[in-house]
Amino acid sequence: MDWGNFAQQLVNGLSLGAIYALIALGYTMVYGVLRFINFAHGDVFMIGAFAGLYINRWLKPFFTGLPEALSTAVVLLLSMGACACLGVLIEKLAYKPLRNRSRLTVLITAIGVSLFLSYSAQLIFGAAPKGFPNLFNSTTHDLPGGASATTEQFVVLGVTVLLLAALRWIVLGTRMGLAMRALSNNPAAASLMGVNTDAVISFTFALGSALAAAAGIFFAMLYQAIDPFMGILPGIKAFVAAVLGGIGSLPGAALGGVLIGLIETLVVGYSQDIGIPSGYRDAVAFVLLILILLFKPAGLLGKSEREKV
Amino acid sequence: MLEIRDLVVGYGEITALHGISLDIPRGRIVTLIGANGAGKSSTLRAISGLVKARSGSIVFEGENVTRLPAHKIVGRGLAQSPEGRMVFSNLTVLENLRMGAHLRRDKAGISADLDHVFALFPRLKERLQQAAGTLSGGEQQMLAIGRALMSRPKCLLLDEPSLGIAPLLVRSIFDRIVQINQELGLTILLVEQNANLALKISHSGYVLETGRVILEGEAAILRNDPGVRAAYLGEA
Repeated sequence: MDWGNFAQQLVNGLSLGAIYALIALGYTMVYGVLRFINFAHGDVFMIGAFAGLYINRWLKPFFTGLPEALSTAVVLLLSMGACACLGVLIEKLAYKPLRNRSRLTVLITAIGVSLFLSYSAQLIFGAAPKGFPNLFNSTTHDLPGGASATTEQFVVLGVTVLLLAALRWIVLGTRMGLAMRALSNNPAAASLMGVNTDAVISFTFALGSALAAAAGIFFAMLYQAIDPFMGILPGIKAFVAAVLGGIGSLPGAALGGVLIGLIETLVVGYSQDIGIPSGYRDAVAFVLLILILLFKPAGLLGKSEREKV
Repeated sequence: MLEIRDLVVGYGEITALHGISLDIPRGRIVTLIGANGAGKSSTLRAISGLVKARSGSIVFEGENVTRLPAHKIVGRGLAQSPEGRMVFSNLTVLENLRMGAHLRRDKAGISADLDHVFALFPRLKERLQQAAGTLSGGEQQMLAIGRALMSRPKCLLLDEPSLGIAPLLVRSIFDRIVQINQELGLTILLVEQNANLALKISHSGYVLETGRVILEGEAAILRNDPGVRAAYLGEA
């Protein structure tokens, strides 16, 4: 066994998993408050990457002399803010008018929104992949055991941990977070407490979309190319991650994302040893989805929920 | 304090309330009795804004609240402990109580009211960090009432507080309701299937049948009404 190679696969898998985790959190939060899967979420991830590209390009002249950490943070935060607005807008325009319709109607609308965003992005940015610039000077760092990690990977992992901690604080420690959890548990009772359902739903979309934007920029940093359809596969894999962790569960989404990232990377890294050609990497998540739905439909950390009559 | 005039409520094709009028005077306990499906819960749901009235009016302290969205009603001083209790099952007891105070910012007042609720229902204090879904039915009812009190309401709407609760606990919960009325001075609109118990603690009452008020009056008079005795108090 080549432990150096294994450690390397873990590093790569963790950084990919961090990205899936950030996207999966948005799926699971929106599911928590509205009980539907926002299939346009992967496209918000894509818009996040493009926002990062253009915001960096426009602000470049102002960045001279600034530390790279600061300019990167500015690009990241502005893109997250832009996508938070986009998420709120999507909800207000597309989903809110359907609040009292069947969930299937909303689900199909979400697919429509997804296509609308992808093709609008194609119209605006062009279909050809665009290179994503280095936001900071990157080197390769040697890790114990013969593996190595790029500065990007460190940034992705470190900032993801920060974002997860911030999210945890918002959900468990603030009045808005408590209202989110109450709304998710019992919408009618929440409005009896004075919770403005629309405001909490907007906030949830803003939060989820901001995390998706961060994921989009991280993805662009690691793979250095972005295109209007880059959101489709990571979007669906993150959805699988949310289901794997237990849809509606925030720790579940984070865990599911990391697991999907690790498993996908390991299958590709050891494709010759286990006899699965690496071209099947995108199938891994879907095989997992089928297995979860067959054997543990509530997910790893999810609670099975009885429909109320 | 709360005046309801010709209230009509319906769900799709079905009309649940065919124009009822109620008066709930300040400081009183008024009860709404009637069989299943008589429209008792629909009345409370309409007052709290969970269903919209088709016509008629709901006036609370001189303000017409008929068209206010549900989340604004509680801010006016009308809190409800709903049918089936509807506690937030995966939040802790403390978080449930904090949700009751969702619209309030006065930290000192909130913690004083928490102490009030614990004085009324000491059992809740023992269960503070427990998920509300793991409480017994009676404890969940205490929590639902306590949660409603946390908004510091002027008028409390109670929907079937005796439903699915051990008889011994029902007595104690009804004692607390009287205490809330007398000590905290809250006006209470009580919906109950247990007519006997409800009329015992109320000042006045209304009898509902298939969405209409068929009888109203002082509780003592209703209790002695032969029709009420036959239909709701289990006497032939």
